[in-house]
Amino acid sequence: MTQSAVHIFDQIRDLCGVALDRWHEANEAEVRADAALSDVRRMVASLIENGCRLASVFAEDRTAVTEDFLIYYVFDHPDDERFLVVRTVVPSHMPAFPSVAAEVPAVNWQEREIQDWFGLVADGHPNPRRVALHDNWPDVHPLRKDFPSDTVLPPFEGEQHVYRPTLGEGVFQIPVGPVHAGIIEPGHFNFAVAGEPILYLQLRMFYTHKGIEKRFEQLPVNRAVYLAESVSGDSSFSHGTAFCQAIERAAGIEIPVRAKRMRTVLLELERLYNHVGDIGAIVNDVGFGVANAHAMRLREYLLAVNEELTGSRLLRGIVCPGGLRHDWNDQQTQRCRESLRGFEQDFADMMQIIDSSDSTRDRLEHTGILHPEKARDLGVVGVGGRASGVDRDLRRDHPYAAYDEVLFTVPVYQEGDVLRRLRVRVDEIGQSLGIIRQILTVLEPGLHLIAVPPLPPDCVALGAVEGWRGEILHWIRTGAHGRLDRCKIKDPSLSNWPALVEAVQGNIVPDFPVINKSFNLSYSGTDR
Amino acid sequence: MFHIFKKAAQTHLVTIGYPHAPAQISESFRGAPSFDFPSWRDARPAADACPTGAIRIEESAGRRRVTMDYGLCIYCGQCSEADGTSAVKITRNFELGVRERSELIVTAEYPLEQDGSQGKLAGLNSGHASEGETKEHLERSVHSRIQQVLGRSLAIREVDAGSCNGCEMEIGALNSPVYDLERLGIHFVASPRHADMLLVTGPVTRNMELALLKTYRATPEPKMVVAVGACGISGGIFGLNYATIGGVDAVIPVDVFIPGCPPRPHALLHGILLALGRMEQRAI
Ligand code: SF4
Repeated sequence: MTQSAVHIFDQIRDLCGVALDRWHEANEAEVRADAALSDVRRMVASLIENGCRLASVFAEDRTAVTEDFLIYYVFDHPDDERFLVVRTVVPSHMPAFPSVAAEVPAVNWQEREIQDWFGLVADGHPNPRRVALHDNWPDVHPLRKDFPSDTVLPPFEGEQHVYRPTLGEGVFQIPVGPVHAGIIEPGHFNFAVAGEPILYLQLRMFYTHKGIEKRFEQLPVNRAVYLAESVSGDSSFSHGTAFCQAIERAAGIEIPVRAKRMRTVLLELERLYNHVGDIGAIVNDVGFGVANAHAMRLREYLLAVNEELTGSRLLRGIVCPGGLRHDWNDQQTQRCRESLRGFEQDFADMMQIIDSSDSTRDRLEHTGILHPEKARDLGVVGVGGRASGVDRDLRRDHPYAAYDEVLFTVPVYQEGDVLRRLRVRVDEIGQSLGIIRQILTVLEPGLHLIAVPPLPPDCVALGAVEGWRGEILHWIRTGAHGRLDRCKIKDPSLSNWPALVEAVQGNIVPDFPVINKSFNLSYSGTDR
Repeated sequence: MFHIFKKAAQTHLVTIGYPHAPAQISESFRGAPSFDFPSWRDARPAADACPTGAIRIEESAGRRRVTMDYGLCIYCGQCSEADGTSAVKITRNFELGVRERSELIVTAEYPLEQDGSQGKLAGLNSGHASEGETKEHLERSVHSRIQQVLGRSLAIREVDAGSCNGCEMEIGALNSPVYDLERLGIHFVASPRHADMLLVTGPVTRNMELALLKTYRATPEPKMVVAVGACGISGGIFGLNYATIGGVDAVIPVDVFIPGCPPRPHALLHGILLALGRMEQRAI
């Protein structure tokens, strides 16, 4: 942490122009404050004006304790290693809160989730329709505490969603999904097109909404880790780690150095196999099947490395509160090092094949552009953000695991097209290999796991991981008997969909698959 | 072009021989747990540790009934760790696909001892039946079997009815040169109207219920449904709640169940072939 950086949030507090009460530093990762409900809009506006980004908005039902609901606003600032969490009280007799979605489109769906799940009205929301619970649902608010978690609802009879009509001569709609043509997750895309070019894209998600946040309240913590791993299967380890970080913070423990380093290696392995797969899928969508065959082969090669180290191709069942479930022996680390050396050359060959194809470059360049100003305004995170000038990466900006021990750079491009989203991945693969190499050189014997003391009740904590896709947040409140009272999950996909909508405008329909793939957002991570 | 040919020449054959040759699987792979019921003294630690409730205990009148449901198991290995005896072991077994949901459930009955441990095994009911049959099927050429039943390739439509996308990762891998499904005359199609088989992942969500039903209806007869993964079979770690309605068979009839979390590509292949066996039976 640089000296000058430490107090950014504290300075902002004075600039803010609204009272941020009970301001305190909660731990090395968070600053907390309270704001009055009536100040929320001004508070958000002025924090954003001062360079903050609103990373997440979520609610919590505290009616059993205080007769109120709480809404949390999580902010991040490039010059502070902590997150700022501002809390506001919504009394249960006036169940409404001011919407900021018009100014911060990234929280559009998050505010509507609060409406659906808690029955709190987002006042002034530009599009306050149902989101997580589709239109045919009965009037229920499942994340309220008085909604029993084992409720099975009777069959639905409500109306289906009506899309905004597409009017005008020669303009028509192309509805796609929820069941798509490929082996991908379900969602509905409604394109308004004029001939080939896309005028406007309406998205309808949450087809895979499976009540994960409620489910967290039912499971003991050691079992809940498996649920965290199942938020988005391709990010099992990142989600699992973010969850464990939150638990460890609530328990007030620091995991051993070896565990931190092992986690770092596994986080990077997750990035590697997904990035390689994505690179192949992107070029495949513009017809370069040979390159994709190599990418799929290499991905399979990396999945074997995963299995060698963890017993699971998708790195499941290895992370746990306190560290990792199993240690590695020297042979395993040695084989990992050798395998990655082989991968490096193989990957370079594959990239040479891709880079020497002019027609591929031609299709990817200037396709699906997301301009830097737009990316900033939309609060785009992760790969999609870095390809559009958003120089943010939690590994560097909010270091966790062993990232403060290693040297790496964060690739950033300004052009914001599909080609740059591919290039960010290519560059990050190089950096990941470097990170793993550095860690394996310093990986000394030691504890891979420490015992986690019983969780104190009523503790809140945040875990944050830069997954391969972008920023993953897990926020928890501990309850009685080592269970959780609330677990909020923010996958990068949830706030990145508006970026896709923006990027496809004006592009032709046949380019949609490759633009979509270049963001490769998780439907399950979005829908939970 | 030059780079492409050079790389192709450098890359050795990567396609596996499975199912005609045995699968080569890492020593570290964590597969299904296996239970030595006669020597198992106390199922409680394992049942307590199991994150999905795959191991369940019921007690009444001095007896304990232990139920193991492979349709809920996510191969995490917690049971074996918590048990600590040789009665519960993690194996590298992945060929677990079955044709009946009941085949995945094993129940054992014990008298209860004073200290809460289990006495001599009093009854064992393991549903597993289709194993011998599968082996025989695997030995015949898959390609010729598909030819015989369909007279052409087997077309599969994948449907994600609510999964975490882990199963999609492994199903997608079947298309890679390593598993190369097409070598067996099996391919994925874009529309249910072109499909012989639906490969469905779960848990089925309320928001996908209707879409799954419509997809099923759009698939021409005769059709097969294969439920993939712990969640597609039983709802898995997500359980039943306001937003999910459990396994695929809660909405449409299922012909084959493939356990795993997610099932590795070999296991998927094994299950698809099992479904093919069922098709052959129907064709006769
Ligand atoms: S391996 Fe299966 S049975 Fe054993 S604890 Fe894990 S989920 Fe339960």
